[in-house]
Amino acid sequence: MAHKDDTPVHEIRPVTQEVRVPERYLPTPTIEPGHSYASITDHISTIVLRKRTPIGWYVGFGISLILMTVLTAAIGKLVFVGVGIWGINHPAGWGMDIINFVWWIGIGHAGTLISAILLLLRQEWRTSINRFAEAMTLFAVASAGLYPALHTGRPWYDFWLFPYPNTMTLWPQFRSPLMWDVFAVSTYATVSALFWYVGLIPDLATLRDRATNVIARKIYGMGALGWRGSAKHWYRYETAYLLLAGLSTPLVLSVHTIVSFDFAVAQIPGWHATFFPPYFVAGAVFAGFAMVLTLAIPARKFLKLEDFITMKHLENMGKVMLATGLIVFYAYLMELFLGWYSGNVFERFMVHNRILGPYWKMYIALIVCNGLAPQLMWVKRFRTSTAMLFITAMFVNVGMWLERFVIIPGSLHRDFLPSSWGMYHGTRWDWSMFIGSMGLFLFLLFLFIRFLPMISIFEMRTLLPEAHAHGEEH
Amino acid sequence: MAQIFHRSTNTLSRVTIFGAVFIAGFVLWVIGGIVRSPYVTNQGIAREQPVPFSHQHHVAGLGIDCRYCHTSVEKSNFAGIPPTQTCMNCHAQIWTNADMLAPVRNSFSSNTPIRWERVHRLPDYVHFNHSIHINKGVGCASCHGRIDRMNLTYQASPLTMEWCLDCHRAPEKYVRPRDQVFNMAYVATDQKTLGPQLMRAYNIQKLTSCSTCHY
Repeated sequence: MAHKDDTPVHEIRPVTQEVRVPERYLPTPTIEPGHSYASITDHISTIVLRKRTPIGWYVGFGISLILMTVLTAAIGKLVFVGVGIWGINHPAGWGMDIINFVWWIGIGHAGTLISAILLLLRQEWRTSINRFAEAMTLFAVASAGLYPALHTGRPWYDFWLFPYPNTMTLWPQFRSPLMWDVFAVSTYATVSALFWYVGLIPDLATLRDRATNVIARKIYGMGALGWRGSAKHWYRYETAYLLLAGLSTPLVLSVHTIVSFDFAVAQIPGWHATFFPPYFVAGAVFAGFAMVLTLAIPARKFLKLEDFITMKHLENMGKVMLATGLIVFYAYLMELFLGWYSGNVFERFMVHNRILGPYWKMYIALIVCNGLAPQLMWVKRFRTSTAMLFITAMFVNVGMWLERFVIIPGSLHRDFLPSSWGMYHGTRWDWSMFIGSMGLFLFLLFLFIRFLPMISIFEMRTLLPEAHAHGEEH
Repeated sequence: MAQIFHRSTNTLSRVTIFGAVFIAGFVLWVIGGIVRSPYVTNQGIAREQPVPFSHQHHVAGLGIDCRYCHTSVEKSNFAGIPPTQTCMNCHAQIWTNADMLAPVRNSFSSNTPIRWERVHRLPDYVHFNHSIHINKGVGCASCHGRIDRMNLTYQASPLTMEWCLDCHRAPEKYVRPRDQVFNMAYVATDQKTLGPQLMRAYNIQKLTSCSTCHY
């Protein structure tokens, strides 16, 4: 292990001329200077291995438990009574169940994007946030998964969604995008979980070696699968990780594409549009990065991780949010244009109704949250301010929920026949489910930051200058 | 530092990971077996009835036609459970003092129907119509089995949807001439040629749309 002051031989080169680089051209570091292998390992593993749990953790975990109770009540009521407790009814057969599903699954996109695509593109800055974002992805997918499972009304028959040799000799309807959804989401959940776990193995071994508690050592040891860090281990590990990255890359695009098919394949004006897949994928990445920011900004403050999650990370995430936000905003405008351009009376009415109909407030709020708020990210001063980033991210979180509201009940409540028009309102059970699913998300998140390293220790070590002493091959 | 795990953990972990595939497969296989077993389908289980009525005795022994009791089988979705009066047509004359028949006489004198236990129970969301099956040449025995050999009545078929569809997808395997429908002992000699012929003759379609039965 090299030390900081051992300058590698090939880096000692004669200085011929002093080049003065203006400060604004200097790259912001992905890790604050002054860290060594040992200090990184210490800093991150202590968060997990310290004996005394900070009081703030108990407060947060307690709140999440209370919200989980709300979720349990909401699910219990649903199982005993049925989907009638929700606001869904003719003509809006889809309501907050699907809004929340799409909202959560969208949030669950940043993890894999950061982990897989940015890994393949060799974006080093991903290292500090990938573990955290992947965990967030998994928990968001878990929260998302609740909704389609429960909105079937009889969740105990949910295994009917899967093709298996049943006594009905029936297959599920493979021509339905809802069926594709089952596969897309379950594949995504499986691959994300594997990717996350494989990434954890070397760190679990670190925790196993550093833990003093015998039980903790055994538990981390089991997770580490006998990792000893030999060259053979690393070789296989890197291959597996790269393969998984390759495998998850198409999934980033496929999951939300298929979620968008749930709508685009139907003939409802406001749903039936060919640009839905890219529009939804961009929206998902947008939502995902907003949620990573929402969680990373407080987490880095409370866990004192400013050295590892630097302003560079936050700024980059702000940039991604701006870019995807622009795509989403463009899609909103295209939606209006295509409605008009179709020449179809129902499509034109949909556009009119979206802006001036009974849910006009939702639409205006959507444009403010998702169209205008991200424009703040053009300004470097805002991109590098945690407060402004947090506020923008919160706008986006709300905006993405509104987007799904505008699309789902906003398109359904005005049927083709005026005689079947109606309105949609979430009931208190809808809201309990939503708040409860946030509880589940936070519950898992708090367990994660307490018991697992939220930043990849071994990958952070590779960011240090001494890791590059022998070139860039790692 | 001492080793956390014993050497045997290596073998143990390999065996559990490898074994998990087989354990999962075995569990699924067992579940698949249970849902097709009589525990779930009630196939082959004779129900206890208020009167131990024997189809074997009445059909095979005495030669009573199905329709003598199940009067509406050709015209209605329900085959019809005979009223006590039908029993009493004969039992007013024979076995008039048999203990076994006391519930029948009580029912007749008090004018309250006998509460037979239902043997073939379909879920509420599926509709079955006897008359169309009878009129298209599906024999009683095709579904109910050799009821003329049952001392106590039991459900001969599993009544799973897979069983329904087996015929609905390929009726030619099971149809018989209309005049053989009530013949318990009918055996087709050349079903391969007869089946398609009958399908054409009776205009039998392969009805596998959901709403054929679920409406």
